Amino acid sequence: MGCIDEMNYEILLPNSGFKECADFIKKNFKEIYYVPPGFKIFDNYLVGLPPIPLAVDGSDVILPYVKPCHGCFVLRIPGGEEVERLRKGEFEVKNI
Amino acid sequence: MKALLMMGCPELPVQTAVALYIANKLNREGFEVTSAGNKAAISLLLNSDPEKHYIKKVMDLDRCIGALAEKKMDFDLCFVFIHSDSGTTYLATVKSLSQAKTVAVIFGKDIEPLIKASEGSIIIAAKAVHNPTPLRAQIDGVKSWAALTK
Repeated sequence: MGCIDEMNYEILLPNSGFKECADFIKKNFKEIYYVPPGFKIFDNYLVGLPPIPLAVDGSDVILPYVKPCHGCFVLRIPGGEEVERLRKGEFEVKNI
Repeated sequence: MKALLMMGCPELPVQTAVALYIANKLNREGFEVTSAGNKAAISLLLNSDPEKHYIKKVMDLDRCIGALAEKKMDFDLCFVFIHSDSGTTYLATVKSLSQAKTVAVIFGKDIEPLIKASEGSIIIAAKAVHNPTPLRAQIDGVKSWAALTK
């Protein structure tokens, strides 16, 4: 399993509540994809209240990232192949 | 029967004590109990129970979420320890990924919003930071955890 902490990320919104982070993504980005909790991205499984909004901005992915000790963050991470995967919708959304 | 104790940051001292207490109850009822948490939470449990009288199996929190998401394991009963917004997101995640009956174990100073965010789960809640007694009283109010899985 990967560790997002070790990736080249930018913090767009620091330790906040999950809903605050989800609203931040929905308000500030246009290309939004909704995924279920447990969705695997960057070799990590997302935690959150369903549906979890992810955004694509250029070649970056914007996501809410929950840390047990520090709350939720909105991160911008270079998307690589994950951008195309989100755009193709090749993921299950049955839990939403 | 399988039960999961899911713990986040052990910032509040009651968490470890209550986890050990619940684990003991579940063990006595014949549950196979797995404790998942971040490194600090698991370390506190293992150091508090060096001969593993109560804590039989442990796993990393992220790996636990991954295993639930990949359907590699599941539980009949899942206790999620909650003292912050993060805890409620883990509860929502477990509810989405697992068939388990969920129990929100809520503690800390400001528990009302956490109780509201945990609707749909069995609630064990008390304003508790250092003293686990109010939570123990509620836990003792449940005569059979196994009955809740049926």
